[in-house]
Amino acid sequence: MTKFQDKILENELAVTCEAGPPKGTDIGELLEELDEIGYLVDAFNVTDQQSSVMRVGSLAVSHRIKETGHETVYQLTCRDRNRIALQSDLLSADVLGLENVLALTGDYTTLGDHPHAKPVFDLDSPQLLAVIRDLNDGVDMENNDLKGTTNLFPGAAVNPGADPVEPQVHKAKMKANLGAKFFQSQAVYDPRLFKEFMEKLREAKVEVPVLVGILPLKSPGMARFMNQNIAGAYVPEEVIDELDGSSDTLKKSLEICSRVINQTVGCCEGVHLMPMGWETHVPEILEKSGLA
Amino acid sequence: MIYSEQKPWSEITSYLSESESLFVLGCGGCAAASGSGGEEQVEELTHKLNRGGWTVTGSKVIEFLCNKGLVGIRLARISDKIESADSILGACCGIGIQAVGKIVDKQVHPANDTVSMGHFHGAWPSEETCERCGECLLEYTGGLCPLTVCTKGLLNGACGGSHEGECEVEPGRPCGWELIYDRLRDIDRLDLLTTYNDPKPREKYQKEPEMDQRHSLFWAIEAEEVEESD
Ligand code: SF4
Ligand code: SF4
Repeated sequence: MTKFQDKILENELAVTCEAGPPKGTDIGELLEELDEIGYLVDAFNVTDQQSSVMRVGSLAVSHRIKETGHETVYQLTCRDRNRIALQSDLLSADVLGLENVLALTGDYTTLGDHPHAKPVFDLDSPQLLAVIRDLNDGVDMENNDLKGTTNLFPGAAVNPGADPVEPQVHKAKMKANLGAKFFQSQAVYDPRLFKEFMEKLREAKVEVPVLVGILPLKSPGMARFMNQNIAGAYVPEEVIDELDGSSDTLKKSLEICSRVINQTVGCCEGVHLMPMGWETHVPEILEKSGLA
Repeated sequence: MIYSEQKPWSEITSYLSESESLFVLGCGGCAAASGSGGEEQVEELTHKLNRGGWTVTGSKVIEFLCNKGLVGIRLARISDKIESADSILGACCGIGIQAVGKIVDKQVHPANDTVSMGHFHGAWPSEETCERCGECLLEYTGGLCPLTVCTKGLLNGACGGSHEGECEVEPGRPCGWELIYDRLRDIDRLDLLTTYNDPKPREKYQKEPEMDQRHSLFWAIEAEEVEESD
């Protein structure tokens, strides 16, 4: 049992931090930055070509982060791989010693920097969870026996800001039934909405621990851009106004993050930070929220 | 020509646990030509349903179930029989099920699987679309095909990327899974949302037609022409 898994299974507050692999092979800087804040988090969550932008793979970067002594959550999307590649990558992850995997559907190909690519989506995220469950049990999708099984701790995503939110609750229940051990949420800016979502989850008897998604807004412009272009993200107008009216955007932005954390940790089981280049400010966010 | 085959009886009956009474619809077009939705099959289905303890409030074979205008006119004359049924069983292709679902406020169960005819895509005067995946799951999605109505073709619910009802991929295009959700809510079958659908068997998508499928209407006409010109 790893540190992150222990906390999840014991329902203790867990903290994960997103790590975005760069476009190119130079990952030294990323590894250094992460190492500096490693003592504050339970696992680094490595994105899989986020927003469909081609980058170095999450498998390789997860492995390199693990070599520096930190636990990882390896993200895997269905966007670019058919069922053969997905299963093979999961076996590879286990061989490389990775412990946790986040099963995602993935953004559509046209949203990224290779809009001419063929979208795969052979499986969807619930099906990927079923695959992980089966590989852990020693069989592949065609029920062939494995020589050595995987031992992966699967997680999945939820979007508390979806409108309507009921389909998300149903889908979360399905994912829980398929073995998801933890959920990480999309970026949250409205604690009230998040609390309502958590209540609905618990009403639906979904008891899987949830990490609230925290993404600092670097500018009001970024918030507006996210509303228009980033799938699944939504920043309420009041929050944009708050940033707009402040003379110190950085300070205000970190303040918003801590506020959301403070108002949500009481009803969930952890925090998932997405610093997106603001890794150096992670300690401040966590300190302000009493988590460091 | 769109080829469809009747599903196993056990699969059809697994759809009907919430219904005591049914109306059976057949299609005189492609489904009749496929031998899966003409008078004969509708009669047989009715008989089997009666024997299985269901009340059949009526049945009808309509020329083309994919033609919503026509379906509307034909069903209007027998609306009482439709009204008194809990749900509808459709012996037709996936498009027919989708089209009927847009006209009638009741659940429409697919009795057939729509099967690939190689790379021949068929033609139909309808906005409803079907990829001929060979394992129709319209039962679980309120009669909207997730393979075509959702941009990513997801089988197990929304990706979460939609914004104000629009798909993350194309502004202006409705999120297919929200349409499915609305439809399931309208027919009071939200319980179906937690049904897990297995990955699709891809080999069924683009397979070439079997010999017996080739005897169906349009293939037969073409084969005859080829023979004559030989
Ligand atoms: S699920 Fe969709 S693609 Fe498959 S047979 Fe039904 S309508 Fe056609
Ligand atoms: S937004 Fe809706 S239609 Fe678009 S890919 Fe996601 S689930 Fe499918």
